Amino acid sequence: MDLARLKEINPWCYALAPLPGEERAPVRLYANAELLRGMDAKVLEQIANVARLPGLVGAAMTMPDAHWGYGFPIGGVAAFDAEAGGIISAGGVGFDISCGIRCLRSNLDLPVIAPRLERLADQLFRSIPAGVGEEGKLKLSPAELDAVMRGGAQWALHHGYGEASDLDYIEERGCVAGAEPKAVSDLAKQRQRGEMGTLGSGNHYLEIQVVERIYDAQAAAAYGLAEGQVLVSIHCGSRGLGHQVGTDYLLTLAKAASRLGLHLPDRELACAPIRSPEGQQYLGAMNAAINIALANRQILTHLARAAFRAVLPDARLETLYDVSHNTCKAETHVVEGKPRLLYVHRKGATRAFGPGHAALPERYRAVGQPVIIGGSMGTGSWILAGNAEEQNGAYASASHGAGRAMSRHQALRKWNGRELIHELATNGILIRTRSMRGAAEEAPGAYKDVDMVAEATERAGLARRVALLRPKACVKG
Amino acid sequence: MHEPYAYFEHGADVGIVGRGRSIEQAFEHAAVAVFALMTRTDEVRPQQSMAIEFEEADIELALVAWLNRLLGEARSRALVFGRFQLRRHGSHWSGAAQGEPWRENLERGVEVKGATLTALAVTQQDGVWEARCVVDV
Repeated sequence: MDLARLKEINPWCYALAPLPGEERAPVRLYANAELLRGMDAKVLEQIANVARLPGLVGAAMTMPDAHWGYGFPIGGVAAFDAEAGGIISAGGVGFDISCGIRCLRSNLDLPVIAPRLERLADQLFRSIPAGVGEEGKLKLSPAELDAVMRGGAQWALHHGYGEASDLDYIEERGCVAGAEPKAVSDLAKQRQRGEMGTLGSGNHYLEIQVVERIYDAQAAAAYGLAEGQVLVSIHCGSRGLGHQVGTDYLLTLAKAASRLGLHLPDRELACAPIRSPEGQQYLGAMNAAINIALANRQILTHLARAAFRAVLPDARLETLYDVSHNTCKAETHVVEGKPRLLYVHRKGATRAFGPGHAALPERYRAVGQPVIIGGSMGTGSWILAGNAEEQNGAYASASHGAGRAMSRHQALRKWNGRELIHELATNGILIRTRSMRGAAEEAPGAYKDVDMVAEATERAGLARRVALLRPKACVKG
Repeated sequence: MHEPYAYFEHGADVGIVGRGRSIEQAFEHAAVAVFALMTRTDEVRPQQSMAIEFEEADIELALVAWLNRLLGEARSRALVFGRFQLRRHGSHWSGAAQGEPWRENLERGVEVKGATLTALAVTQQDGVWEARCVVDV
């Protein structure tokens, strides 16, 4: 990205100067110059397009891990006011609705699992359906799926998946309101039939990690983290149902925008006013897909616990937190001193509520919400804590991952999957996958420097670093 | 000679291109490009055939509709497709895809979630039609 049009607000936040005659809301890019230089120029074009959408409140923003997406950039954040003609955009949420990370803390330390790591990795690989074409054991009828869409992780819990305390540590206690299964197509439901409790592929993973370093002792104590402790992170989303909801409404909303006279700079922004019938239908379908994702991660948590206990009978895995990345959520934020109900789009961005927020569980309320920045399978991941909104100027949002630095095809040309897996094993990281091609595409070198993303997230005031995690074993889709 | 299908760069996802002597053939090859991200399509056995019909007057949106119907039908039936045929009568499109259930020794690539409107274009040059868009993986 050429920084010529960017104006430095501070070394961790830049504004995009408008072109002559360009009418749009402000654009803010949270990152340092080095991260910005590494971003595709399309990020600027896409976030400037978002800043032209009706009903936007404040600025259109990108997080430090931003990269070229479709419609919105990945790492894009934008809030809209329904009362001011604000829109909801399928391109602002993405296909993998509510893709996110469930992080589990264990009662185990590295020396306990080290001699059993091979067995653990193999057991997890057998237990967790991962990769293209893999189905889960749970087959649900359309009526049962309707119940999952209404109940989310709470449905999963009531059907024997997980522990009651899990719900305390999932956004919206595992179930968002406003899900409307009738707004979800039959094809979307058929697509989900065998996909509950599956990981998917691409950048999805289940990873065994160890806490390498604590940065914030108070937050770490609240989160129950200590150096040397073993964690498990599960990265996946709403599977076929969410993908089909994204697919269906991309065309529905693109046509609605045209019919309603919304002149979109990019058709992929596919949107409709929140108060329109199409906007309300999408909102209901998207909420249904969020609940599918929350149920999916709840079932995978159950499968991971069983796999751990098969190898280490005394192992306990407690939910540390479950965050979603690709969502649009109705939230109240203080704007110019007044509380306003806003529809906050986070596409490849994490919600990051600060200390004292009423939505946080009592255990975390004093320190803020856990924010999980997933890394690549060879480097590291981070746990951060949300800041108060006086510090976080991005509607309580933060980074979600390392962000790709290179395309999948470039990665395929550069790495060989089998060789990469061997190299990682030499470095003490076990990979289990059915796809050598997928492993090459997901090579750690294809991602940005996750440590720099975490630092930029902290320096920009979005969240503060709590713990650095290192991967030990990874089941890749 | 033109390559029947190819790929172009996109930061996080993948750009696909299908080419042919007709729009329909370009769309068929675009479908091969999509499914070749998931497996080796030449190794997929045509054990089951699936008919696909849809209405779409906009040629570019028709490419997205075609690819997304194929992805939806494949996933809902736990199949992988390797062969594709498509015909057009005005705004009515009718086609078919052949494939088989996933089996152990089929190569596993990356799952394609959907075709997007990004970099979407259907163009003709020197008698060759080219259909392209970014797919989300």
